[in-house]
Amino acid sequence: MARSASRSLRPARADDLGLRRALSDRLLPLLVAAMIFLAALALAGTVAATGLARHWRMGAARLVTVQVPDPQAAAPGGGARGDSVARLLAHAPGVESARMLAGAEVAALLAPWLGADAGALALRLPAVFEVRVRAEMPGAPQRAAGLDAQLSAGLDAAAPGTLVEHNGAWLVHLTGLAASLTACAALALLVVAFIAAAVVALATRAGLAARRDAIEIVHGLGAADSVIAGQFSARITGMTFRGSLLGLVVALPVVVGLAQLSAPFQAGSFDLASPEALLASLPPELWAALAMLPLVACVIGWGTAQVTVRRWLGRLP
Amino acid sequence: MVRLEGVGLRYGGADGPTVLHDLSFFVPAGGFRWLLGRSGAGKTSLLRLLTLAVRPSFGKLEVLGTAIERCRRAELPPLRRRIGVIFQDFRLLPHLSAFDNVALPVRLAGRPEGQVRADVEEMLRFVSLSRRSGARPAELSGGEQQRVAIARAVISRPRLLLADEPTGNLDDAQATRLMQLLVELNRLGTTVVVATHSQALVARYPGRALVLAEGRLVRDGSPEDFVADLQAEWSRA
Repeated sequence: MARSASRSLRPARADDLGLRRALSDRLLPLLVAAMIFLAALALAGTVAATGLARHWRMGAARLVTVQVPDPQAAAPGGGARGDSVARLLAHAPGVESARMLAGAEVAALLAPWLGADAGALALRLPAVFEVRVRAEMPGAPQRAAGLDAQLSAGLDAAAPGTLVEHNGAWLVHLTGLAASLTACAALALLVVAFIAAAVVALATRAGLAARRDAIEIVHGLGAADSVIAGQFSARITGMTFRGSLLGLVVALPVVVGLAQLSAPFQAGSFDLASPEALLASLPPELWAALAMLPLVACVIGWGTAQVTVRRWLGRLP
Repeated sequence: MVRLEGVGLRYGGADGPTVLHDLSFFVPAGGFRWLLGRSGAGKTSLLRLLTLAVRPSFGKLEVLGTAIERCRRAELPPLRRRIGVIFQDFRLLPHLSAFDNVALPVRLAGRPEGQVRADVEEMLRFVSLSRRSGARPAELSGGEQQRVAIARAVISRPRLLLADEPTGNLDDAQATRLMQLLVELNRLGTTVVVATHSQALVARYPGRALVLAEGRLVRDGSPEDFVADLQAEWSRA
């Protein structure tokens, strides 16, 4: 009697279609966990590529190097060539700062080729200016390239033979590469979402096949499509959520590890000594995106189950 | 109320076999009809039409004031909830207890759970299954399963009650109780259509009868008018 009584206390929202048995509690969450793992990696790749591109644009792309041969020689406009270039750079539009490197700094730059005593050699070294263009993002590399053309003309007049070298030209290509990587990661996310939807659709169809008789009975008793689809969606969404959390738990150490590896390339530091440090180890936008993954997975699971069940029910009168 | 005008049913599309031909009859609200005929005559197909499990392939079918051939699919679930059906093969959900099987129609109708409990317990008491409320169909005998199916069909006090061989697995006492229930529901205004092979049942509860043969309606009247023909036909079956 106790057994009978406990069964009859089943709540109203209970599993009328027997979906707890029909929809496996193991396979679907594991597949969803795998999808979430891949999605987390793709998200991390997207955020990392975007971060690197931003770092390059904000840093190296703004630097222009100007070399003035024979800086002590007379310039066509009067005065030393080096001084003439320094004056020109100080007032050039788009230039944030211009600094002439000291002799020791130039020698350090040449050390890999000429050795530690480069400064002591009887060579006529050029004056080297490190010019930083204004950060007017986006498009700093392109702006630097434009600045290069203007400077080259002006400097050639002030000190013929002056060389202008900027990082923008190759950074345009690097930024393009970063954009391509971001697009690939986004595409990977789309593919993962599509596969997740396909997996859910297959699981739902298996459940429909297993509970065909029960569905037809409940349908015949007057259950609306929304009621039947709702029971499937609730079951699928629950399993998707559990799988998402599992996938996220597995993916998080991997993502943090990758962030650790990429930290030097982004001029960052890495220290996981405290929870705060762990929180700071990933960009806020990546944390937000990772937190959204289970929600997105649930939406995909719920929506796919609804569409699959309603299409199937459409065959019934 | 049920009205058929030239209704036919064909399974499997335009090339499929036609199982019902040109049926026309009318059962008024609160009416009672026996549905008679040999096996394969089309009784179950006709009941499937009336339970809205299939739509007519041609002709006009009106059930409880709704023209089925014209109505949208979304209009059918509320209509189905006003129809009670006792299936020959019970059609109970195997993973649910007797209690939950009986409760299903009223839960689908959105009745509060507290009221569901009281109504289901009353129904199970009526069919003498109070002590078996927690048992699943596989744990019940054929007669007990049929009583659960009967309780499920009538718990929502349907406006139309359709029964396919409802006494087939019941002993005499249970069959009598069921027929008394059907008569009482009919007296309270429910339209009742009962398909049966039982001559004894028809003799004991006289009423108008629809007789099918090879998918066609061959009689519509009082069984007394054609009892001799029926007895001859059933003896051949």
